[in-house]
Amino acid sequence: MAIRWGSYKSKDFYDELIRVAGKPRPVANTLCRYLSDLKDRDIEEYKTAAELAIQVMGITFTVYSEEEGSIDRAWPFDIIPRVIPRSEWKQIEKGLVQRVKALNLFIDDLYHKQQIVKDKVFPAELLQDSVNFRKQCVGVKPPKGIWAHICGSDLVRDKDGTVYVLEDNLRVPSGVSYMLENRLVMKRVFPDLFEESNILPVDDYPSQLHDMLTAMSPRKVKQPEIVVLTPGIYNSAYFEHAYLAQQMGAELVEGRDLVVEKDIVYMRTISGLSRVDVIYRRIDDLFLDPAGFGTDSMLGVPGLLKAWKAGNVALVNAPGAGVADDKVVYSYVPEIIKYYLGEEPKIPNVPTYRCFNKKERDHVIANIDKLVIKPANESGGYGMLIGPQASKKERDHFVRLIRRDPRNYIGQPLLALSTAPTLVGNRVEPRHLDLRPFILSSGDHTYVTTGGLTRVALRKGSTVVNSSQGGGSKDTWIMED
Amino acid sequence: MLSRVAENIYWLARYVERAENTARLINVNTNLMLDLPKFARPGWEPIVEILGADNGGEGLPEDADERSVLHYLISDTNNPASILSSLLMARENGRTIRDIIPREAWEKVNDLYLVAKQDAGKGISKRGRYDYLGSVISGAQTLTGVLAGTMLHDDGYSFLRMGRNLERADMTTRIIDVRTADLLEEMHEDLTPFENIQWMSVLKSLTGYQMYRRTIQVRIQRPEVLRFLFQEKRFPRAFYHTVCEVEECLTSLPHNKEPLAKLRPLQDKVLKADPAKLRQEQLHKFIDKLQLGLAGVHNVIGKTYFLHS
Repeated sequence: MAIRWGSYKSKDFYDELIRVAGKPRPVANTLCRYLSDLKDRDIEEYKTAAELAIQVMGITFTVYSEEEGSIDRAWPFDIIPRVIPRSEWKQIEKGLVQRVKALNLFIDDLYHKQQIVKDKVFPAELLQDSVNFRKQCVGVKPPKGIWAHICGSDLVRDKDGTVYVLEDNLRVPSGVSYMLENRLVMKRVFPDLFEESNILPVDDYPSQLHDMLTAMSPRKVKQPEIVVLTPGIYNSAYFEHAYLAQQMGAELVEGRDLVVEKDIVYMRTISGLSRVDVIYRRIDDLFLDPAGFGTDSMLGVPGLLKAWKAGNVALVNAPGAGVADDKVVYSYVPEIIKYYLGEEPKIPNVPTYRCFNKKERDHVIANIDKLVIKPANESGGYGMLIGPQASKKERDHFVRLIRRDPRNYIGQPLLALSTAPTLVGNRVEPRHLDLRPFILSSGDHTYVTTGGLTRVALRKGSTVVNSSQGGGSKDTWIMED
Repeated sequence: MLSRVAENIYWLARYVERAENTARLINVNTNLMLDLPKFARPGWEPIVEILGADNGGEGLPEDADERSVLHYLISDTNNPASILSSLLMARENGRTIRDIIPREAWEKVNDLYLVAKQDAGKGISKRGRYDYLGSVISGAQTLTGVLAGTMLHDDGYSFLRMGRNLERADMTTRIIDVRTADLLEEMHEDLTPFENIQWMSVLKSLTGYQMYRRTIQVRIQRPEVLRFLFQEKRFPRAFYHTVCEVEECLTSLPHNKEPLAKLRPLQDKVLKADPAKLRQEQLHKFIDKLQLGLAGVHNVIGKTYFLHS
């Protein structure tokens, strides 16, 4: 027998499946029993089956490398799922709905009255220095006041079991296609487990996304023309763009497929120009409309911003939504929730030191060997320092960076990220993970994915889960407890 | 339908068909080499030339041995005409339209490339070659079947069929052209027995032998074979059949006046030809003209429907 829970130990961390050596958490009982009944060759067979399914389904992500240009890699996948009891998930869901609601109110406020700044809850200087605040968007009224229609919030669990929000991705959050594909792979590999246990389905996402996009159409027609705007096949998330377009039956377009005439957006088709109502854009603000945002890039669609402002097309997410996708702004989310909703946050933030504040900056610099330092506007795990694991040289380098541009850095304690059993060869070892649920807002309705994408750091001891940095993923099961 | 998508579908079909027919072509030549007396064997040079593989890329050294030629034709991705290059391009085009084609079709395109890449070594060896080429051919056929059986038969499907048929027409002429390259007929009168064997192998490479037998009950003869491969409307790999398919697709598409005007003379030209009068040199020239005609149709389709920014 290959998997022995008795010898599995995740010392000093909260483990998602195993409570203490040999004892699974109640919700993971069936799963753990099933796994420990497997023989070496079963495990080998399942692993191969999963790899084959991934290869056959063409699930890849693109990595750019200097030597080989752009290459496709299969996304590493671990066949042992992560399980969350439904009762706990319901609480998390409520917290996420609350959070996204407040963030949308916040963004809308920033582009109109800026009441939160006037009331001195949010510092004016932070807004002035924000690289993602788009002055071109001031005064624009997107339908129902929604700016961040799609939000991907990263959740982590600390040693004592508390779940925190680590960051909110409000620009073009990615990963949802892997969540959907992981489930397909698992159903191909473990049909019997799905048959005998009550695992909530995740497949609803594409139709929820489609409904939300339809609701955003400025033209009230039965079947508005929805398109997914992608930078093209060399983008790391291209697989996802194509996948979502396919699942929704929407056109997948590139900038060169679109043209704006008299503030109306059209796509070029074999029978001429055809009007577009909703654009689910997967390219950054600044590349959307080079003319509109005053950049000289050749990508994008000239005139798009003007068409959006004229209310002739919906952009999802709205340009400028990224203003709240900033790690310094993040530290204000608890205050933002209280300010707009008059409620206490249902999911806590990770305690965050803001380097633009002298006192907090001094604390960060003095304790840099204990903290994680992150730049305000990077994603994908780039440009961060994990103090306890860094060399003195690296730490000194970050101290200089912080001093040069304090607004751009935050410090957070290094969380003891929770673990889950992960296959290493034919044995299980604990590996750290996080969870990215996706939240859809149409103004009338907020939808949260059932679980989300569990990302796992495959390297022993590592807490960096990003796909570009050696991370993989697991299926996430929300189960009746 | 987006212009860019129409273009990608069209190229997906072209590249898959090209890979399939390149495999067929290599098969014919391998068989020819086994059937002909040693002194009359054409070698691989004509194939390299016919595939247009001698221009672009690094090219082949003049004294290349069979293994290097086969590597060049099958798995060298520096050669844009190799089977693997075609499948790679098919996959790239498929990838950009995976929201349009059925999932099974994308999986098949992906699989076709991965398997062809993984097994390329077998294709180069003499023993494994037949099986390898067979798997490329049947993989391409499966894909065609999956698409026919699961894809919406809409405008996109018309572009798919046009791409496939234009490429097939082109490759059919190239496969016939293999026979004009060696000029055996004029050189050696005592080679007549072999002549028929060779035409038989051309038919077989196009899976046309049985169908030929069913339509034309006489023994394999050059004019009859040529008539069959050029003019038989009912045989799916015959030139006339393929251009009629393109005509049918165009008829259902918008703005089809110009493309149809380019296509119809080509249909006339192939129907009016008298294969009995096409001796080696004339045959070669005739094929050249058909290929130019196909290029003309391709260009006007591009101009009318595709993205030119």
